[in-house]
Order: sequence, then structure tokens, then C-alpha cells
Amino acid sequence: MGLVLLAVIWLITLIGSYFIVAKTWWLPVGASAAAASIDHHFTVSYILMGGVFILAQLALGWFVWKYRDRGAAAAESAHYSHGNTTLEAVWTVLTIVLFVGLNLASHSIWAAERIDPAQPGAVQVEVTGMQFAWYFRYAGPDGKFGATRPELEDASLGGAGALGLDSNDPASKDDVITGVMVVPVNREIEVILRSHDVIHSFFVPAMRFKQDAVPGLAIHMHFTPIQTGEFELACAELCGLGHYKMHGIVKVVSQEEFDKWLAEREAEKQ
Amino acid sequence: MASFSTTATLDEPLVYRGDKGGAPPSFGGGDDGRSGPGLPDYPTRLRRARLGLLVALTPVLMLFVSFTSAYVVRQGLPTIDPRTNQLVRDWIPVKLPALLLVNTIVLLVSSVGMELARRQTRLAAVAAAARPAGGASASVEGKTPWLAMTIALGLLFLYGQWMAWKQLAASGFYVSTTPSSSFVYLLTGAHAVHLMGGLVALLVAGLFTLLHRSVTTRSIVVDVAGWYWHFMAALWVYILLLLEFAK
Amino acid sequence: MATHEHAVHAHAAPQGFIRKYVFSLDHKVIGLQYYFLALAAVFTGMFLSLLMRIHLVWPNASIPFFGDIKPEQYLSLLTMHGTIMVFFVLTTAPQGGFGNYFLPIQIGAPDMAFPVLNMLSFWTTLLGFIVLIAAFFVTGGAPLHGWTGYAPLSALQSAGPGEGLGADLWITSIAIFCIGALMGALNFITTTLDMRAKGMSLMRMPLTVWAWFVTAILGLLAFGVLLSAGILLLMDRHLGTSFFVPVTTVNGVLTGHKGGSPLLWQHLFWFFGHPEVYIAILPAMGLCSQLLSVFSRKPIFGYKAMVYAIMAIGFLGFMVWGHHMFMSGMNPTVAFSFSVLTMGIGVPSAIKTFNWLGTLWRGRIRLSSPMLFAIGFVSLFVVGGISGPFLAQPVLDIYLHETFFVIAHFHLIMGVASIFGIFAATYYWFPKMFGRMMNETLAKAHFFLTFIGAYCIFMPMHFTGMGGLLRRYSQYTEVQWMHSMAGVNKFITFAAFVTIASQFIFLFNFFWSMKKGEKAADNPWEATTLEWITATPPPHDNFGGVTPVVYNGPYEYSVPGAPKDFVMQTDPAVGDMDQKKGKH
Repeated sequence: MGLVLLAVIWLITLIGSYFIVAKTWWLPVGASAAAASIDHHFTVSYILMGGVFILAQLALGWFVWKYRDRGAAAAESAHYSHGNTTLEAVWTVLTIVLFVGLNLASHSIWAAERIDPAQPGAVQVEVTGMQFAWYFRYAGPDGKFGATRPELEDASLGGAGALGLDSNDPASKDDVITGVMVVPVNREIEVILRSHDVIHSFFVPAMRFKQDAVPGLAIHMHFTPIQTGEFELACAELCGLGHYKMHGIVKVVSQEEFDKWLAEREAEKQ
Repeated sequence: MASFSTTATLDEPLVYRGDKGGAPPSFGGGDDGRSGPGLPDYPTRLRRARLGLLVALTPVLMLFVSFTSAYVVRQGLPTIDPRTNQLVRDWIPVKLPALLLVNTIVLLVSSVGMELARRQTRLAAVAAAARPAGGASASVEGKTPWLAMTIALGLLFLYGQWMAWKQLAASGFYVSTTPSSSFVYLLTGAHAVHLMGGLVALLVAGLFTLLHRSVTTRSIVVDVAGWYWHFMAALWVYILLLLEFAK
Repeated sequence: MATHEHAVHAHAAPQGFIRKYVFSLDHKVIGLQYYFLALAAVFTGMFLSLLMRIHLVWPNASIPFFGDIKPEQYLSLLTMHGTIMVFFVLTTAPQGGFGNYFLPIQIGAPDMAFPVLNMLSFWTTLLGFIVLIAAFFVTGGAPLHGWTGYAPLSALQSAGPGEGLGADLWITSIAIFCIGALMGALNFITTTLDMRAKGMSLMRMPLTVWAWFVTAILGLLAFGVLLSAGILLLMDRHLGTSFFVPVTTVNGVLTGHKGGSPLLWQHLFWFFGHPEVYIAILPAMGLCSQLLSVFSRKPIFGYKAMVYAIMAIGFLGFMVWGHHMFMSGMNPTVAFSFSVLTMGIGVPSAIKTFNWLGTLWRGRIRLSSPMLFAIGFVSLFVVGGISGPFLAQPVLDIYLHETFFVIAHFHLIMGVASIFGIFAATYYWFPKMFGRMMNETLAKAHFFLTFIGAYCIFMPMHFTGMGGLLRRYSQYTEVQWMHSMAGVNKFITFAAFVTIASQFIFLFNFFWSMKKGEKAADNPWEATTLEWITATPPPHDNFGGVTPVVYNGPYEYSVPGAPKDFVMQTDPAVGDMDQKKGKH
């Protein structure tokens, strides 16, 4: 029985380790400036924690077999001991150093991503989630987002209607609202997250970006795409029956293409 | 007697001194403060009931701590006004009815009466417990009906709170009018519900008197209800101070 | 002394079916009532999860008798699955079930401190369960907002199907559960502090008792906060208040709220919710320590450290709730502080794991079924715990939050390790409760199938999570990057089928052994704690009218010089109570 248990535990550990090492399913290729440092920290954590997992499981399986009761024939009884305080102290300190050290090592990345605000000159995009679609708003040449009024909301009228854009506000005249998020590469993008109804969450895996969009708040976050292409986004906070289909696209293009695209959208509004 | 001592802790290895086979389990009698098999004596029951009350007051306290933190957060947290895209706070302080002060005095006086009732019953119970078994359980307590007075004042307090609610409503502050008014109704309402629980306990104690139940049991009920009552009075003062000064 | 005292302990054993088995004041009967409630709940919860797994792999499939599962119904399934499992299984069986049955006995008491309150706590909990299940049958069905019930989704009746009466029933059921849990906590704490037998000092209590005691303290402090959150939520839903809801429109219609904070709900909920998960795991940890010692024939390695670790986990458990909210919009500096404390709480858990390994080391291990589940518990706790430090680091949580990585983490710890604790307890204490042994062959089959099956279900979820598979999605047909993981999902679903089917082996074994199992001796496992000196099953007042006197700690196995490899806690031959310190 001890041998069977050892075999089962070791086999599970072995198979698990295979997938750990082979990275059969892994994070998608990182397309933002932060991805490299985040992924590096992930790998470090992965190696350390993976190592702990493997060692602990192997030890468990080994002990269970080695110290099995071999029946009345075996002379040796169990070793009577209530513990070893020195050993306790040693592995407590080691664990603290490992866990807390690992976490503190990530602080600079966290600060750069979330604590430090966007640089001036970042491209501002207001991202609004509502049941069950994402809308992206660009402030236009005046650099100001126009006022919205909840009473004016009417999704059947398209983007501006969905946001309840107040056409009486001069600042809203040049606001561009789209269903696809287009951004220029190698520029810092400041997203301003909004919601009209319930909590949604803006998740772009390739950018290693996730942030809840909370009604009543305008949350400022930033990321810097470093690769052109189309990257999927999906809602990452349960928001109702359509949660599973609240997805979209982030299109990263060159600066020229972005300027051209934005100018075309502005022209459409005239 | 339950002890918190740590003699013979497990860090010390045991030395087996028996020379025979494992001894049968050893039993002692009457250790749980018992005067006979099965029934603990009065001091033990009182201590246990008081400990139970102390433990029970903890979640009540946590409920109001939680309401307080919601109060503080809601008061301070701004939200976006979608019309202006600006952060705004919508907290409008409520003018509390002066009646609440009167109610407070009523409750504090009732607490005095409660304490007198508690001591009165306790003295009687101690006397009864000291008497040999078979003594009459008829009350040797004093004549003043402190318990009845406390119940009356408690009911008067609740009536006063109800009147205060009506005054608030008359001045235009309903439960949903402003966040501050929501909290006034919430805190006073939650307190009143808990006080009603205390009143039920006092009524039960009164019932026991009428039914000539044993004075020791009655004393435990009154004692626990008494400390609960004082806690409710202190809690009320806290709520009043919070609503008045943390506007 | 008066003849009809409202005695703390009813003197005479009750007569009649109703008093003996229905409205019983006996903590042993109440414990079994809780256990059977949890048993019904766990099979309900497992069934719901099976429907979920089927729908994920075959979204268009029609279930016999149920028909199609619409997206909102899927979300209701997952909401109810989580609520039932967390509250009515993991907070009910280990604490209300086994804690009620064995805490008084293990400390040498004849019953809990307040038997009437104990009875009321069970019936309150049962009422909560009935109210919860009722949500399935009302207009709109059960709520779809997840067991975490985030506002405004849970606060707006128009936000989705099931958010009307279904959500009200859900909130009410949880409020009722809070009351029941608080009543139970009151009993556990008072009993542990005030009713220990002579010689049963705090540092001689079995670790199971320590675990139940600290768990009760956690419950005492946490459930009041959940109750307050529920009250505020009901007010937002029905009285027009705006605690949690700012200006919102649903389908273009203003809901009439303004100024409320959705984050306030999250703070209140998780202030309760995090201690809750420690409530779910601590009793299993206490039991694991117990079983590893008994079946290794060795004292637990580092008893004092284990006690302090339980207390540290309990204490720190109240200081880490923000780690559920890293992406919520909370202040990022505050978030980082929470994360440091969260890494800190991994330390006592690691200490416990080292000590469990230390207990096995140089033991003489008997692999009976309770021990198999205890060892399984250690393995599952390790794998479940290892994913914790990933999620605790906010930088990594940016990606991993809301993915299946989180699901893997909490299911391995709560949904499997804690359940293994319940199984271990069942196999271990079944002989004492019912006077018969459970069948060992069936037990071993149950163990291996469940152990391997659970790994097959939840280990792959780490990887799908890293691939970005999001939770609470009723189907993965819309998002491109999720398509590639369909194969793994299928594997997980099949593993779920097999594992759930294996639980019927346990169910059969349980009920069959009650009648037909081999008759059990009073102390079949040769263990030292007080429940093993009672008759089997224990009489109404546990010790037959006398109070035990305790001389030893609970883990005196293989004591040099002793005639047998275990020394009962009540054995005085070990020496007087003023032992001098010795070396080991």
C-alpha cells in the first residue's frame, strides 16, 4: 500500500512537472513594454514555486513508503520526539525570506505599472463597458472629453448614443467613439476606465493589462504597446448573462496610420 | 475547574513510570463545579452564562463596527458625476431630532433601573443557593419592581425612537433621501432591533417570576440581560455621537 | 436545589423519537444533523458543477429533464454551486458536524455549554439551506451574480434574470446562515474556555480542538460583517438607498441610485470572505495533524508551533482581504501592503506542512483509510497552496486574476483538501459514532479514484488559467484565444464525471456500513484522545456520569518504556502533573 501511494504521488508529480517544464500552455506573446519584466518575474516565481512543489510531493511520497509499518517483525518503533525548535526556526526564516523577498522584488514593476501615473503626452482613450459591449472614445483635437448624460443613453443610436453624449457640450463635438480600440505603437496609452451599469473588467492578455471598470469611478491606467497587430480583449468581471461575449479587438498600428484613422473618423462626424 | 495552566506541556517528553499494562482511564468526580452528577452549581452557571454573553456581544459589536466603516467610507468617497465628469461627494448632513436626546436619557435611566434589578435578583439568588435544598423558592427580594420599571422605560425608549423617525420623515428625510439619512435609519433601526431582543429577555425573566421559577435561574437571565442592556445603552450613546459629530 | 432547573446540561437522557433524533439537545445528534445536511448539500453542489462542466464542453447540448442551459442559467448554476459548497458544506461539516460531535468529548465535557442554542443553530442553518434552494424555483430563477455577489450586479433587480426574487432569497439565506453560524461559534468558544475537564489545559488540547476553537473565533468576528453587508444590499435593492450603487443605467434606464460605492461591497464582503476560507480549511488542518500523529505512532512534530501557526493563520486572515481586490480600482499602494501580508500568511501554512512531514519522518506508518486521506490532504494542500504566492503578488495577479488559475487554487484547497479532511474525519470517527467499521477496500478505492481524479480535474486548470481562460464564462465560443483550450476542457469534464461517480462508492460504504459494517472496538485505531475512552457510541452525557481526569498531552505515541505504543490522555501511570523538563 505504501508503495502504491508513493507511486501515485510521484507519478502525479512527474506528470505535473512535465507540463510545468514543457510550458504546453503558457502566457501569450507579450506585446507591451511591461510584458518582459512581468513575464520574467512570473518565470522566477514559477521556478521557485515549482521547485517547492516537486520537492514537497517527492518527500511526502518517499516518507510514506520508507517509514511504513513493516509489521510486528520490525523491531524499531517510531522515533519519539516532540519536534526540534532550531529546525522550526530555520525553516520559518527561510520561508519568510523566500515569500516576502519574492514579493518585494516585484514592487518596482507594480509601481511602474499602477502607482506611477501616465506620462504627459500619452494617448488618452476612454474605455466604457456596459452590458454587453465596449466603447472607446477619443477626445479629438480639443483634448477634452465631452459631457455625457445618463438620460440620453440609447444604444440603438450607435456609439454616441450608447454613451449618452451630450451634443450641447462643445467639447463633445469632436469626440470619436468606436467599437474597436485603435492605438499607435510605441506610445504610452492612457486608458480611462468607465462603466454605466455594473462592474466590468478590461483584459488584454497580450498587453498583460487588466483593470476593472467600476461604475461611479473613472480609473486611469496605462500601457505601452510595442508590437503592431490585432490583439483580442475580453471582459474579465462577471457582468451578467452576456459576459461571455463581451469581447473586442485592440488594433495597434503605426503612428501615421493612427493619425490617418483618427482624422477619417473626425471627418465622418462632419 | 477549567484551568489555563500549562504544566506538563508537550515539549517535555514523558517518562513512563507504570510497570503494569496501560492503566484504565482515571475519573474524578464533581470537577466541573458540580454539586452532583449532571448539574453544575450556580456560580458555574453564572460564570458560563456571562462568558457566553461576552462572546455573543462580539458579533453584535462587529455588526456596528461594520456599519461604522460603511458610514465613514460612504461619507468620504466621491463618485463621478457623469454630467460633468467630475468627482463629487453627495453627503448632506442630517439635522437630528432633539427627541433623540430625550430618548437617550430614558435609556440611561433604564440602565440604572436594570442594574438595580440585576443586583436585587443576584442577592436573592446567592441567598437561595446558600440555603439548604428544599427551601422555598418564594422571593426574598426587595419589593421595588426594578425589572418592571426597566421594561417600561425600554418600551418608552422604543416608542420615542419611532416618534423620532416620524419627525425625520416629516422634515423630508426618508431612508433613501440622502446617504446620511439612510445611515440614521439604519443605525437607529439596527440598535432598536437588538434592544427589542433584550426586552424579550427581560420579559422572560418577568415571566419566570410570575411562574415562580427558581430564583437562581431567574438571576442568571436577569444578570445576562442586564449586562446586555448596559451594552445597548453604551452602544446607543456611541451611535448618537457618531451621527451627531461625524457628520 | 430546585428540581426543574434550566440546567446547562439536561440531566436525564431524552425519550421519544422527536426529542431523541429531531429536536435533540445532544451535541452528538446535532453534529450528525449538520453532517447529513452537508452531505445533501455536497451532492447538490457536485451535481450543479457537473451540469456546468457539461455545458462548457457542449454549450448547445440539451440536458435530459432540464433542456438547454442558457447563459444566465449557467451563471445561476455557478452562483449556487459556490454558495452551497462554501457555506453549507465547508462551513457546516467540519465545524458544525464533527466539531459539534467531538469537541465536547475531546475536552472531557458532557455537552456543549448551551444545548438549546446548539439545537437552534442547526435548525437555523437548515432553514437557510431551504431558503437558498427555493431560489431555483421562483420566477427568474436563482441569481447569476456569483457567490461573491458583487454590487451593482447584485443590487440592481433589472441587471439580469434571477436578480429579482432569486437574489433576495439568496441574500436572506446567507443572513440566516450568519445567525446560525454565530450561535454555533458562541457555543464552541464558551465550551472550550469553560468546560475542559481537570488536567485538560489549553496546551494539552488536541489540535482538532484548537482548530475548532480558532475557527469559531474567526466566525464570531467575520459573520457579523457579512450580515451587515447583506442588510445594506437589501436596502439598496428595495429601499432606494445607495450604499453600493452610483448613478447607473441598465438598458438605458436610470435605476435611481447615486453616489454609492461598489468597492464598499467588496471590502465588506472580503473582510468576511477571507477569514471564511480559513474557516473552511483550519478544521481539516487540525484533523490532519491528529491523524498523521495517530497513524505514524509519533507525537505531532512541534505541537506548540502548530498551535501558534493556527493562531497566526487566524489573526493574519483578517488582514489580507484586499488581495481579492487588486484589480478592483483600489489604491495600488494599499494593494501592495495587502500583498506583503498575504505572503506572510503563507508562512504559518508552510510551517504546518513542514511539521506534517516531520511527523511522518521516522514514524511507523499505518496506511488505514483515514491516514490515506490525511496524506492526500497534505499533497493537495501543498499543490493548492503553491499557487497562492502567484496570486498574492499583484504584478502577477494582473494577468491571473479572474482566470482558471484562481479556480485551480481555491478548488484544490477548499474543494479538495478540505473535503479530504471531511472524508478523513468520516472514516476515522465512523466507528465511534456508529459502532461499526467502514469497509476498507471500498475506502481505498474511493481514496485513489478521488485523489487521482481531483488532480486530473484541477491541475490542468493552472495551465488553462495561464493560457488566459477566464472564469464565469458560460461558453468559450466567442473569444478566439480560448478556443485552443477546448481539448483540456474536455479532459477536465471527463475527469469530473469519473470523480463524481466515485463519490457514490463512499455514499454506499457509509450507509451500508452503518448496518452491516464489522463491529468496532472502543478504540480501533489505538489513539490517545478522550473520545476513545468512551463507550461506542458514547452515551448521552459522553462519559457515563463521571468526568475524566487528564494527565498527558494528546500525542503520546511510542513513549519509550511504555507497554504499548500509545498512552491515553487519562493514563496516570506516566507520572504526576509536575513533570520536570527533560531532553529528547
